[in-house]
Amino acid sequence: MPSPSSSKPAKPLHALRERLRLGRGTVAVVPLLWLGLFFGLPFLIIARISLSEVVIGLPPYSDLLSWAEDGMLQLRLNFANFMLLWQDSLYLDAFINSLRVAATATLICLLIGYPMALGITRVRESLRVPLLMLVILPFWTSFLIRIYAWIGILKGNGLINNLLLGLGLIDEPLALLHTDFAVYLGIVYAYLPFMVLPLYATLSRMDHSLLEAAADLGCRPLSAFWRVTVPLSLPGIVAGSLLVFVPAVGEFVVPDLLGGPDSLMIGKVLWTEFFNNRDWPVATAVAVALLALLVVPVLLFERFREKEQDA
Amino acid sequence: MMRRPSLVFSLLAFGYAFLYAPIVSLIVYSFNESRLVTVWAGFSTKWYTSLLQNEQLLGAAWVSLRIAVMNATLAVVLGTLAGTALVRFGRFRGRSALALMVGAPLVMPDVILGLASLLLFVAMEQLIGWPAGRGMTTITIAHVTFSMAYVAVIVQSRLVRLDPSLEEAAMDLGARPWKVFFVITLPLIAPALAAGWLLAFTLSLDDLVIASFTSGPGASTLPMVVYSSVRLGVSPEINALASIMVGLVTLGIVIAGVIMQRRAADAR
Repeated sequence: MPSPSSSKPAKPLHALRERLRLGRGTVAVVPLLWLGLFFGLPFLIIARISLSEVVIGLPPYSDLLSWAEDGMLQLRLNFANFMLLWQDSLYLDAFINSLRVAATATLICLLIGYPMALGITRVRESLRVPLLMLVILPFWTSFLIRIYAWIGILKGNGLINNLLLGLGLIDEPLALLHTDFAVYLGIVYAYLPFMVLPLYATLSRMDHSLLEAAADLGCRPLSAFWRVTVPLSLPGIVAGSLLVFVPAVGEFVVPDLLGGPDSLMIGKVLWTEFFNNRDWPVATAVAVALLALLVVPVLLFERFREKEQDA
Repeated sequence: MMRRPSLVFSLLAFGYAFLYAPIVSLIVYSFNESRLVTVWAGFSTKWYTSLLQNEQLLGAAWVSLRIAVMNATLAVVLGTLAGTALVRFGRFRGRSALALMVGAPLVMPDVILGLASLLLFVAMEQLIGWPAGRGMTTITIAHVTFSMAYVAVIVQSRLVRLDPSLEEAAMDLGARPWKVFFVITLPLIAPALAAGWLLAFTLSLDDLVIASFTSGPGASTLPMVVYSSVRLGVSPEINALASIMVGLVTLGIVIAGVIMQRRAADAR
């Protein structure tokens, strides 16, 4: 900060601007430094470790640069980790499965979330805030505990099986827990609020006279819905879908607690490589591949958010 | 106008049933006498008593609370700076970098954030000897990094809707930028800061994956302890814990809702 001079109202404009610029500099620099150090820099480290070899020791990866005996500085880049990802079908399957699960779960969230958001815009105004609060409330309670709740419902002697057995609809318990079905259910359940909120935000801003105009011109309600409501809510659809899809691709807790041994997802593979196999280079290579996969949707989301802020 | 509002409303009801059925079942079975969570054997509050005697869970809850408070406070400061810079400063060098680094943590999978933070801490310890080992400090830093992004977004959306003429008037009358910020802007965005603090607090209290990566021996957070006990099987104590959490959150949201409705009524 420059030394504060007297602040008479009749201060020359350029001096005021100059001081503002300096003050602004300090405001922007602090978060930039923090995020640059703790969020930006780690990605360079990830990229570096993904190109090294696993060694026994701490930290368990090799140096890229080393001095050879004849005084030559050697740079050794190890691409074997990435080749492993490509060749071992475990990783490729996990990637494809993650994308499939995330995409399907996003679609189901949209199918459940859209009518909910639309319904909230149609109720009395005094009811809207409480209804929105009810959507947000589960999001404020522990993610882990909400997933845990499904274990009690889905397991062999759980709520659903007991109910169905009691009603005589089935003779023996259905295998619901540790299946792909449970993974879909868990992800849809956990991420549904992220779909409803952006949808509600765009739908509530919609001008209702447009629907009246469509009706006046002889448009049936269903066709007005497809031709007016849906296109106008496209920003909410895109934002909600990205908010569900991107984190769901790398989800760990849901496949770990609700999924079976077959429901491989890449977040769980990364976790296993890191914690169980202690293979940091392969774990970081998985992270690099996952980032490469997500960079387009993340940038898309960012562009979108900027546009929304300006609007 | 809409021909079949009943269809939309029944889907709405279905959505809420889906959201709340698991939570209700958690609460109901926390009062179950039997250890088998899903077989009803009579009403009992014994799991709440045994929860209060579970030192491991209570200790972890205390660790988590301290991290969450530190995290929320730091995240509000840094997030407010970031949000203000993004909305009020027009174009400046580093703006797009800041915007990207604020937006990306919102959607970035936890496993990547956790792995990235841990590797940074390991590299830093090798290079400059800090942070020595991992524990509450490293968990807090990792949490601040992603939760400040949420605060920044909340502050941003509040500032965008704020009429700049008040700030401009103060500036015209000779108030220095910092003074304008503390006297005019801050009181106006206070509700957003409160919301941001609570969100950052909850995000930290809720996080399993990032904490698992960045934690060290002796610093187990509540989600980490819950996770390891859930992996061993369902336990009614966890149900009791969950019910208490749901109760606290409901209370908080009801209070926030009442305050918001009062404010809206005052504004009218």
